[in-house]
Amino acid sequence: MSGSTIRVVVPYHLRTLAKVGDEVTVEVTGTVTQRSVLDALEARYPVLRGTIRDHVTKQRRPFLRFFACEEDLSHESPDTELPAPVAAGTEPYLVVGAIAGG
Amino acid sequence: MSGVRVLVGTKKGAFILESDGTRDQWSVTGPHFGGWEIYHLKGSPVDPNRIYVSQSTGWFGQIIQRSSDGGKTWETMGNQFTYDGVPGTHQWYDGTPHPWEFKRVWHLEPSLHDADTVYAGVEDAALFRSTDGGQSWTELSGLRKHGSGAHWMPGAGGMGLHTIVQHPTNPKRMWIAISSAGVFRTDDGGETWAPANKGLTSKYIPDPNAEVGFCVHNLSMNPANPDRLYMQLHWNVMRSDDGADSWQLISGNLPSDFGFPVQVHAHDPETVYVVPIKSDSEHYPPDAKLRVYRSRTGGTEWEALTNGLPQEHCYVNILRDAMSIDRLDPCGVYFGTTGGQVYMSPDGGDHWSAIASNLPSVLSVEVQTLP
Repeated sequence: MSGSTIRVVVPYHLRTLAKVGDEVTVEVTGTVTQRSVLDALEARYPVLRGTIRDHVTKQRRPFLRFFACEEDLSHESPDTELPAPVAAGTEPYLVVGAIAGG
Repeated sequence: MSGVRVLVGTKKGAFILESDGTRDQWSVTGPHFGGWEIYHLKGSPVDPNRIYVSQSTGWFGQIIQRSSDGGKTWETMGNQFTYDGVPGTHQWYDGTPHPWEFKRVWHLEPSLHDADTVYAGVEDAALFRSTDGGQSWTELSGLRKHGSGAHWMPGAGGMGLHTIVQHPTNPKRMWIAISSAGVFRTDDGGETWAPANKGLTSKYIPDPNAEVGFCVHNLSMNPANPDRLYMQLHWNVMRSDDGADSWQLISGNLPSDFGFPVQVHAHDPETVYVVPIKSDSEHYPPDAKLRVYRSRTGGTEWEALTNGLPQEHCYVNILRDAMSIDRLDPCGVYFGTTGGQVYMSPDGGDHWSAIASNLPSVLSVEVQTLP
């Protein structure tokens, strides 16, 4: 099965933790879904395990949201196929932190 | 000449302050992990270059960091804290059952015997241990599964296990404290635990024989006398002379016996320090004067230590893990404030000066005495 190169943008603090720049790419084999993208992201950067999704339940952490192609995908099923431009690598998949704090 | 390294956890990163044995000139590095809450960082007594850090935020959860070179570089370690079995419920603030949920690591206690072994006290209250330098964590679930667990209730700051005291020579004996469940002791290396709250009283607990439910804020012990433990309870300063089998009140002439940290002098188990706070509704010093109180008699008789500390318009708090001592002679005493100051006394509390003044709100202070 052919693979897809997916662009992923993560928040500042996770970039620092993973020691990466503004955007990373991950390889996904098979259907490109939120689950397969995040699985690939965590496999490539194990320090991100538990910071975006719960280790066990894989639920999104409450103060994070997922976006792509100007759509909020946070409440979509993790197994729904992501928009074609994300799978094609022309648009990034965005992990966004809530704007709050002091 | 020996030196001192002060590990400061704040609401927006960690800072490391270092001095030689004179404790006169201080260097400051940081923020390490800028923007993250650093509830606690502490060095291994076996290998002082090994430092463990609890790093967290509400956004991204819990991270554990480790240094093997005294805080110059860091490695991200394992952050999976999974309760053993079905966690069940504890009491919520309104008395209803509430599921046990991991929130963060409040306190890391490196083993006295092995640099790769470290204990983690977490919220919701449980004790975890790593024996591989922080890569993996296993719950010592005999504590949480003690029969009283379903009746534990959070304190105002959450239901955290915040204090871990190891017996200096008997690795099977350890004490922990939870807000607000109380003190528990193990005598079999953490397999089983028993409440150790006899003699504690609280106006919030009508049952005079209650085994648990006490909002213990901090414990401290001098290794020269491991049967003697000091406690800052929510209200009341307490002492045990029998390894926490029983407790007696030693508040004596303190202006308020509410407070958070308690620390024992490095060389004298009779000398103990607390920082009185006005009340559980007003978390700042009585009369807006920042005063450390010292007893040289194991409590009850206290003297105010004020030289170098602000004596007007002071409205900071000193949190439970934000006070520590060094092991030099004379003993140094250190504490950090919610206003971002770190104060140090090189002479057991007689004279104080600020060694950092404008840090973020200080959550923890630990001191390493270096060879």
